Amino acid sequence: MTTVTEAPPLAPTPVEEPRRPRRRGRHVPYWLLLPGILWLLVFFALPMVYQASTSVQTGSLEEGYKVTWHFATYWDALSEYWPQFLRSVLYAGVATVLCLLLGYPLAYLIAFRAGRWRNVILVLVIAPFFTSFLIRTLAWKTILADGGPVVGALSTLHVLDVTSWLGITAGERVLATPLAVVCGLTYNFLPFMILPLYTSLERIDGRLHEAAGDLYAKPFTAFRKVTFPLSMPGVVSGTLLTFIPASGDYVNADLLGSTDTRMVGNVIQTQFLRILDYPTAAALSFILMAAILVMVTLYIRKSGTEDLV
Amino acid sequence: MQQYEPDPLSRAQLAAMRRSLRNGRAALTRRSLLRASAGGALAAGGLGALSGCGIPPASKTQGVSSEDHSAKEKEINFSNWTEYMDVDESEKHHPTLDAFTKRTGIKVKYTEDINDNVEFFGKIKPQLAAGQDTGRDLICVTDWLAARLIRFGWVQKLDPSNLPHAYANLSSQFRSPDWDPGRAYSYPWTGISTVIAFNKKALDGEKVSSVSDMLDNPKLKGRVGFLSEMRDSIGMTMLDMGKDPGKFTDDDFDATVARLQKAVDKGQIRRFTGNDYTSDLTKGDLAACLAWAGDVVQLKADNPDVDFVIPDSGYLTSTDNLLVPNKARHKTNAERLIDYYYEPGPAAQLAAYINYVCPVDGVRAELAKIDEDAANNPLIIPDKAMAAKSNAFRSLTPKEETAYEEKFAKLTGA
Repeated sequence: MTTVTEAPPLAPTPVEEPRRPRRRGRHVPYWLLLPGILWLLVFFALPMVYQASTSVQTGSLEEGYKVTWHFATYWDALSEYWPQFLRSVLYAGVATVLCLLLGYPLAYLIAFRAGRWRNVILVLVIAPFFTSFLIRTLAWKTILADGGPVVGALSTLHVLDVTSWLGITAGERVLATPLAVVCGLTYNFLPFMILPLYTSLERIDGRLHEAAGDLYAKPFTAFRKVTFPLSMPGVVSGTLLTFIPASGDYVNADLLGSTDTRMVGNVIQTQFLRILDYPTAAALSFILMAAILVMVTLYIRKSGTEDLV
Repeated sequence: MQQYEPDPLSRAQLAAMRRSLRNGRAALTRRSLLRASAGGALAAGGLGALSGCGIPPASKTQGVSSEDHSAKEKEINFSNWTEYMDVDESEKHHPTLDAFTKRTGIKVKYTEDINDNVEFFGKIKPQLAAGQDTGRDLICVTDWLAARLIRFGWVQKLDPSNLPHAYANLSSQFRSPDWDPGRAYSYPWTGISTVIAFNKKALDGEKVSSVSDMLDNPKLKGRVGFLSEMRDSIGMTMLDMGKDPGKFTDDDFDATVARLQKAVDKGQIRRFTGNDYTSDLTKGDLAACLAWAGDVVQLKADNPDVDFVIPDSGYLTSTDNLLVPNKARHKTNAERLIDYYYEPGPAAQLAAYINYVCPVDGVRAELAKIDEDAANNPLIIPDKAMAAKSNAFRSLTPKEETAYEEKFAKLTGA
């Protein structure tokens, strides 16, 4: 204010003066972005370029690898390992749906009903992260052990007969079957579903519920017409955060599964480290990335939400 | 249901679990892949990728000689597997290493940074391929990887004049593997026997004394484990089929895979495991499995239900070997350390602690002084009958290695 009154109206210089700070301000965001961009460039973009190049190379460790634009690797990898791809999508999909079914009521409870327990429950949701991913997965081997209480109870209730008939368990055991892998995936990625759901539910104004009630909406109608649509951003980001890592996961399939539950992550790992077929491993990674990208794009389009969280 | 308390884990199980958690032998972790892909890709590939010229051939870096700084720098950097060295009560000191330092004045920087052969190869590959120092003077890897490193010319020839004890005391069984005739580049740290382990309680009266029993007994369906190490699983099955893992053909290999594939299709084989078979076996989820004898010695001590059997058809022995990588700064010091562990005293101390096959002759008397049982255990000091049944898996050409690993990967679900 004072600068405006003090500035002589006819001199040309003051016109430039207010511009200078604005120009400097324009650059600030870029400087703030710089560390992040550099980080991504070095640790994401560069390896991506390298992997892309690897996927079209041919050769062996002995003779070295040369870029020969051998795109057939992609086709070979896909035709050879499509069952593992399908399985990954299927397992990750089922695990995501299970996470949503388990996570939504819990997130709802934390957001609207938990009262003073809210923080305690939130901490409990995050608590598994204090242990390593591997230990958490190994713990499931104890929980689902053949002679353990879970398998015993399921067997007595004849649940295992049904699951066995469906082909998701084998005989009187749960470990080393598809069911165990899906359970592991669901458990390990559940917090990634609950947290975004909670943040978007928590933002919903409680008075909207009251308004819905005032307009004679039954509780379920209020949920269907008000709460759920408003929580869509949470649902979308939750499913993405669950589905994407789950479809690339290989630890659960390795520790809880068997030969017929291997996912594409296992194939990539074997190709990369054991068989030393770097081009196929790289090609598989890119196919997986592309597949996920396509599915995610379709999903976001369909769900019709702009915001994530 | 919450009352259920699983059996407390034994010391051996904990050790095995810790090992497999930190990527035990043949076990995998997400870290290994991440590190191998991100780290390896970056270090070796970043520039190469941009210029688009791929990876240089391995043989290009052959014959990289190095200057030996042993006389001036009294130190050595030794990379080994976890739980592969004796420790004292406080678990902070390694008595045999301390004694070595006391005698020679050479300080040993001992690092337990090898958890998995394939992962470790990924870790040192960029430096060795570029002809650079890995910062390690002595490494310990399983024989097939040792063979690969020798083939690539990435390790240094040892000087026999620095290795009098090693030369004299190396067991005849390990003297001349086909991948390093006369031990020009490597000396074994331990021998690893692959045997059949079982849980008496889980077997419930069934008898398992051969790989055939594991594969064919319908009562064991879904409770039989094989190892994710191709050479162990294939080699033991080959022996069972009357084939020699020391010299076999492509057809033999395919026939063996087909035999295992049948068992996989039937659901007989529960899993192909890394180190994590130890907990499955003690819990009884696995009734019988292929196992590394060193683990079984420990498991047996803690759980009387666990025992092992050596099939009449024989068993497989491999080795973990000490090698000096190219450009190592302290080669002579490393050789002195190798030689030190071939003296009966230190060798016995080590064998008493780690329970693997001791590759040193004339250790029995020394070992008996420390641990009578260990000295009489054929899994640690093989007797004649035991040594006669031992077989080694032959070395593979690079082409065979790729093809066989690929076929085996398909067998295990890819």
